Amino acid sequence: MLVGWDVAVEIRSPGSVFGADPAEAIVVLLGTWTIRLLLITLSISTVARIFKRPKIVTLRRTVGLWTFVYACIHFSAYFTLLAEFSISAWLEDFSERTYITAGMAALMLLIPLAVTSTRNWQRRLGLRWRKLHTLIYPAAMAALLHVLWAAKASFLDVFIYGLALAILFGERIAVRIRRRAGRGAISR
Amino acid sequence: MHVIGAAGLASSVPAAALHAGWMDSKGFAPAPPSEDTVTPRGYATSFNNFYEFGTDKNDPAELGSRLTTEPWSLEVAGLVGKPGTYDIEDLLAGVDLEERIYRLRCVEAWSMVIPWVGFPLKTLLERFNPLGSAKYVAFTTLYRPEEMPGQRSYFSSIKYPYVEGLRLDEAYHPLAIMAVGMYGQVLPNQNGAPLRLVVPWKYGFKSIKSIVRIELTETRPRTTWNLTASNEYGFYANVNPTVHHPRWSQGSERRLPSSLFNGNRKISTRMYNGYDEVAGLYAGMNLRLNY
Repeated sequence: MLVGWDVAVEIRSPGSVFGADPAEAIVVLLGTWTIRLLLITLSISTVARIFKRPKIVTLRRTVGLWTFVYACIHFSAYFTLLAEFSISAWLEDFSERTYITAGMAALMLLIPLAVTSTRNWQRRLGLRWRKLHTLIYPAAMAALLHVLWAAKASFLDVFIYGLALAILFGERIAVRIRRRAGRGAISR
Repeated sequence: MHVIGAAGLASSVPAAALHAGWMDSKGFAPAPPSEDTVTPRGYATSFNNFYEFGTDKNDPAELGSRLTTEPWSLEVAGLVGKPGTYDIEDLLAGVDLEERIYRLRCVEAWSMVIPWVGFPLKTLLERFNPLGSAKYVAFTTLYRPEEMPGQRSYFSSIKYPYVEGLRLDEAYHPLAIMAVGMYGQVLPNQNGAPLRLVVPWKYGFKSIKSIVRIELTETRPRTTWNLTASNEYGFYANVNPTVHHPRWSQGSERRLPSSLFNGNRKISTRMYNGYDEVAGLYAGMNLRLNY
């Protein structure tokens, strides 16, 4: 949303917000917020568990859908501003540049999640819905690889996102181990 | 258009140097009109890569003013008859400055057109009497972490100081210059004050900034980006639209400043960045292998 405001100002007075290369700057900014939103989506259930606030899990769908919206705008900005509507430029990037391949993979993995985000689909898929939505993990990994492989020589952002993802994955693994142990105790 | 860096320039450069008379005293000759539209100065001084100050494009302009460029000396070493440490003012004494309007093609697929002020690299190198055995020249950027925050980063894969190099016949090509100014003024710190290389037929990272050391060698110097990612950045790094890069298409470039919706000014990249006169330097070489 803030990006939209910046873009509006930029169009009115070129160079005022995004400098000499607004196209690149906007694509990167949108991408930055996409991965941040993805990490926020993943952290909602973790926060709910740690602080015993199960109700906030209802936020997950909204934030998840915003992640998808940002991912779509990020890709559209790349396709219009950098690839300049050229399918062949996009295909060259997709096949030759690993960071673009990873980014596209992340976007593709998010599509089924966005489509099946409604209550109707949740009901229709039943237990399989949960399974399907574990696609968020490979999507997050692909997004992290996208940022890692796009980095030229500076790895601070990648380090922070990677650390966050490691914590979120670690917490889930810990929960699983604890649950399994708990179940074992009951059966005894 | 925003102009950042003018303040930094004023604070880091002696008033006398900013004065047009200083340029005139060096025999300053303006360039003939160019077919390319010169990039407005504000963009060239606020958007560039100089990782010693940080990896964002505006970091050099924002943090470059911390750099002390006076006094400045150049260490000359290796296969030369006159090695030693030279004060920059002594080196510039008797040098005729000329303006060269060059296209600058960054390996990141953007480009600008910049009017440099400088003199042929050859005239500088010859003053040190290179020995017959010298085949290459290596340049080193200042290493001063207390003034260059990028050199203190724990998250950078680059080993400082930054080193670049040329084959000696490349260095002697009349297009290769040492620049001390741009846009008719002394170089701002973010653009490589007080002394930088400009080799317009190579990707921008070859044009090393803020040089403190020159060494003539018999063996090819190990250059910074080549060491950082040798599959991406070769020693030669000649602009070549036919050699694909794992990050950016080198077939085209975006001439900056670009604007959002009224044409991004995407243009085809030319071999040797359009400077065909250097082709003879690479006759018989496989440019796909020697990228």
